[in-house]
Amino acid sequence: MNIFKKYTPLQIFMHVAAWFPIVRLIVEAFTHDLTANPIQHIEQRTGRAAITLLFLSLAATPLNSLFGWREAIQRRRALGLYAFMYATIHVIIFADLDYGLAWSLILETIFQKPYILVGATAFLLLIPLAITSFDVWKRRLKKNWKRLHQVVYFIAPLVVLHYAWGKKGNFFALQGDILLPLIYGLVFVLLMVLRIPAVRRFFASVRGRRWLPVKSRNPVP
Amino acid sequence: MTTKFKSDIPSSEITPKHIYLSRRDFMKAAGIVGAGALLAACAPNAATGSPTPELPDVPNSLEDITNYNNYYEFSTDKQAVAPLSKDFKTRPWTVEVSGMVNNPKTYAIDDLLKKFPSEERIYRLRCVEAWSMVIPWMGFPLAQLLNEVQPTSDAKFVRFEAVYRPEEMPGQTSPFYDWPYQEGLRLDEAMNDLTLLATGLYGELLPNQSGAPLRLVVPWKYGFKSIKGIVKIELTDTQPSTLWSTASPNEYGFYSNVNPNVSHPRWSQASERRIGELNRRPTLMFNGYEEQVAYLYEGMDLKKYY
Repeated sequence: MNIFKKYTPLQIFMHVAAWFPIVRLIVEAFTHDLTANPIQHIEQRTGRAAITLLFLSLAATPLNSLFGWREAIQRRRALGLYAFMYATIHVIIFADLDYGLAWSLILETIFQKPYILVGATAFLLLIPLAITSFDVWKRRLKKNWKRLHQVVYFIAPLVVLHYAWGKKGNFFALQGDILLPLIYGLVFVLLMVLRIPAVRRFFASVRGRRWLPVKSRNPVP
Repeated sequence: MTTKFKSDIPSSEITPKHIYLSRRDFMKAAGIVGAGALLAACAPNAATGSPTPELPDVPNSLEDITNYNNYYEFSTDKQAVAPLSKDFKTRPWTVEVSGMVNNPKTYAIDDLLKKFPSEERIYRLRCVEAWSMVIPWMGFPLAQLLNEVQPTSDAKFVRFEAVYRPEEMPGQTSPFYDWPYQEGLRLDEAMNDLTLLATGLYGELLPNQSGAPLRLVVPWKYGFKSIKGIVKIELTDTQPSTLWSTASPNEYGFYSNVNPNVSHPRWSQASERRIGELNRRPTLMFNGYEEQVAYLYEGMDLKKYY
């Protein structure tokens, strides 16, 4: 089939999987499975999709530098944009369906609820990254493009904090409903550690010894 | 001093079964609106900034009440509680009433149900997560049980303890909570006529996911005060610690009265979503039970004693 010549299996899988949360919500809407509190359900589902996709995009670089999986890097932009898509839906549901576009109430809520404040900050910071994700901007911004996109290292912990503080319990005291945010937090730390040059070099040398000469490795972006 | 219970939801508003079942259709419609918004990002929306103060209280459907449950002993996923609790054994079951009482007693649950006949109480329930329902409970005032065991003059508080059976309650294997669930009330709060030991719902026995066979209902406090699956009621002279105030003391106080003017540190409590409605509604002081309970807190700084 033509599609398999044009796209790699990973690419097809990624696009199908990225739309799955929306398809699932639509199916649930028709089978009346959106729970008794459908707005919150859609809000939380799209939020989880956004954070998962954001973390997958952050995993692309270490997957390449550790295992030499170049294709991961090629999927990174789409993963990031899908994360932004879900974050946008998440924000629209919050502002429109949940708060009925009552801006004074929304602003009051944002400043009264720190978890929404950090979430809103993370979303605002994502916007310039999404806009400048295209090649034309990459060329135009040159070195600054990379600098700009490193803001994601600041966005990701904000998103974890948003998730953790939105739950009942005390994240930093490890009390309450914090298991999933805790896992994301640990994954974030891991993904950052794997970016430390010394760690990267160590894995690269192990890999070089076992599979292929170090020379043939691709430079890490 | 107690005030006699007077429902501000007239019995004429109690929903006949065929109506509350048809209310499911409304939720289906609401669900489809939600899905439409996903696609179009412009759902029809009649929300205005300031909700009208006098909004009706119509009991939620049995389906909504029994499929959207915060019962962390089973799961933190509100939809997962009903299936996970399906086979939970509520017989045999005993409830120990002890501590500072003249007449300590351990009741087999069926004896307790026989001894204290149930009446219907339609209460608003306000979750600390800022959603609410209206629930037609069956039950009897806690005061009746306390009068039976006779608290001593030293007793100041009532401590409640829930069942602990990690092999049947998967949520209890989580290390992030101090199991078993425990809660507490001041003795005068416990003696208030609104404070209910619930044994049923919509005229039937309590379903497992709602806290069978016996749970507390304190309608002017956030839902987590209304402990489920009670096995022990203990009168004490010291303020009992509670599961949520142990987990996060600066967020969940001992009193936890519904109060739109005191924000949870991470949530505003000024408004809420009534399950089944699309617009938010303002949260009422003491969840609308100010007339019956405000006297309990006269002279207290409710910002300090949150």
